[in-house]
Order: sequence, then C-alpha cells, then structure tokens
Amino acid sequence: MRAVFSGLLAGLIFGAGLALSGMIDPARVLGFLDIAGHWDPRLAFVLAGAVIVSFGGVRLARRRAAPLLAAQFQWPDAAARIDRRLLAGAALFGLGWGIAGFCPGPAIAAAGQGIGGAILFTLAMLVGMALYQRFES
Amino acid sequence: MIAYVLPALAGGALIGASAAMFLLLQGRIAGISGILGSLLRAGASPARRFGDAAFLLGLLGGPWLLVALGVAMPPIRIATPWPLLILAGLLVGYGTRLGSGCTSGHGVCGMARLAPRSFAAVATFMAVAIATTFVVRHVLGGL
Repeated sequence: MRAVFSGLLAGLIFGAGLALSGMIDPARVLGFLDIAGHWDPRLAFVLAGAVIVSFGGVRLARRRAAPLLAAQFQWPDAAARIDRRLLAGAALFGLGWGIAGFCPGPAIAAAGQGIGGAILFTLAMLVGMALYQRFES
Repeated sequence: MIAYVLPALAGGALIGASAAMFLLLQGRIAGISGILGSLLRAGASPARRFGDAAFLLGLLGGPWLLVALGVAMPPIRIATPWPLLILAGLLVGYGTRLGSGCTSGHGVCGMARLAPRSFAAVATFMAVAIATTFVVRHVLGGL
C-alpha cells in the first residue's frame, strides 16, 4: 500500500515537472536538439535542475543502509562496463528521439492528455520494448 | 530572461525531487524505460509491480494536476508524420531497453550518481539526436 501511494506521488510530481518544464512538448525538445536552427536552450536548464536535486537525493541515500519503505537499495550494477550494448542502445534511442522529439516519460505524460500522436508513439515504444524482450531473452 | 528559464528550472527541480523521493522511499532508480520494461517482464514481485503501475498512473496524471493547480502548461505540438512517429517509437522503445535507460534513468539519475556508463549513454544519445535533427531539418528539409 505504501509502495503504491509513494509511487503514485512520485509519478505525479514527475509528470507535473515534465509539463511545467516544457519537456512534454516535442516541438520544444526538437528546438533544443536543433543547434543549427533557432536554438532553444531551455531544456539544458531542465536537465540541470533535475540533476542537481537528484544529486542531493543520491547523497542522502548513500548515507542510509536502506530506503524508508523497502528492504534495500537497488543500485545499478557498479561493475558494469561501457560496452557495445550500452552505446548501441543509446544511439538507437537518440535516433528515435531526434526524429520525434519524444523520450519515454514525456511521451507517456503527453499520451495522458489524449493526444493521438503521443498515444501512437507510446504504443510503438511499448512494441519496441516487447521486441527487445523477445529477441534478447 | 528569468521568466524564460524559470519554468524550465522549476520543472527540472520537480523531476529531480521525484527521482530523489523514489530512491529514498523505495530504493529504486526513477527511470521511465526501466519501470516500463520491468512491468513488461515476468517475474517482478506484486508489490513492485503495483508500485511501478502507480508511478506510471501518476505520470499520466501529473500534467492534469498542474493544470488543476492553475499553473500554465505549454502546448504539446507534434509535427512528425505518423509513420515516422511509429518508427521513432519503436527505436526509442528498443534502444532504451538495449541501452538500459533513457533521459531519466541515465540523464537525471545516472549522472546524479556520477556513473560513467550514464555519462557515456547521455553523450551518445544527445550527439545522435542532435545529428538526426540536423539531418531531418537541414539536409532533408523537414518532414
């Protein structure tokens, strides 16, 4: 129950942040990625604001033996290396991001606004994830 | 200038606060592609599944909450034709799972953990996205 409530609250804050920051608007995202056009620098401020606050959270978390509502922290594998999978995956993601201006969070938040293009993108993204699961396992 | 960047900074801070909260309360990385992927995968515990589903529900509701609080939200403008939206969605879905993260998991959470893999992933997807946008807009003349 507490996991559901805290998950819902964290999701609401995340979604509100995506909307307030403008990250939810693919035209603005493409305006940031288009450095040769009429460049819109604002998404750099979104990322900076997010990383700074998140960094504070990581510092607090590292001092604790366990999170408040779960048995243990699930940190990503610290021994994992920078490998071909990581870079190939990031490159494929960048290709899709550069075409449409949507990454996963904003696509879902925009789909929740009932916008057809965002719903279509989100469904295709879920198919892409399911395809990965099928081929990799 | 301040009015121009303030919503971006404040919205970013909210995203960071959400990630900090998810980490401190549940001990998890608030990466959207990771959360979606673990929901699609069999074998996660029911508690984790419900927590993940609740996060996604909140993500859908967040923009509505903002508007309900009387805060202005920018318009959502999609100019990409639908066949390309499908292609882009497939690439983003497959790529974020293969590369273990997206803008939130590698960008917001990974860089805050000072993880070398996340810095490499962010540099790669930023560079490829910038190059792609350049080709689409200035070589192909828009789509």
